[in-house]
Amino acid sequence: MLNIYDGALDVPKILEDWYKEESTSNYGAYIPFIGTVREEDGIDGLSFDIYEPILENWFNVWQEKAKAKGAIIKMAHARGDVLLHKSSYISCVFSPKRRVALEFIDEFVEDFKASAPIWKYDLIDGKRVYALDRSTAIKGSGILGVK
Amino acid sequence: MIRVEFLGPIQKNALEIEITNLKELAKILQETPEMTEWLENSAVAVNDTIVTSLDIELKDGDKISMLPPVCGG
Repeated sequence: MLNIYDGALDVPKILEDWYKEESTSNYGAYIPFIGTVREEDGIDGLSFDIYEPILENWFNVWQEKAKAKGAIIKMAHARGDVLLHKSSYISCVFSPKRRVALEFIDEFVEDFKASAPIWKYDLIDGKRVYALDRSTAIKGSGILGVK
Repeated sequence: MIRVEFLGPIQKNALEIEITNLKELAKILQETPEMTEWLENSAVAVNDTIVTSLDIELKDGDKISMLPPVCGG
């Protein structure tokens, strides 16, 4: 399950909904990761652009990896502006035993940061400033620049 | 006709151009000054699949996307 929301995420509701969806699925572990916008460098918040077709393809590949381990993943991300101390990102793993979920959430979130087609901007004085210095080039980048 | 879309922070309108492979696109974009900063760090997708080689033939109606560095979460 992949959900995109306009603006900040309603963390208690999303976690509760996911919990209820799987409460009788016989998973022994539910490991969520919640990303919260922190106050730093004078920003008012963050803002996000998302390219959904490739995000969905990327997510489906990870869902298949999870399924191979008897687990499932769920993910929610904000689009547009998210102010300080609000959440822009939640993902979770449900698995029969804790070890799979603990390891999987780490691999999944790391690849999310490196590969998911989402662009982050700092909100400063009402303007969006692309966070290039905190961004990662997707694997295979630069081929159009080769002469 | 091939559609080329520039995603995220690349402030450029989509192009509709007649090309038959990615090498032709590379040549066009390398001659576009505003694209210089993006060519070295952007990934390329053909019909929403990321590619890692320019040796790809294109057909009428294909969509190319340029994806600059990402940072979700």
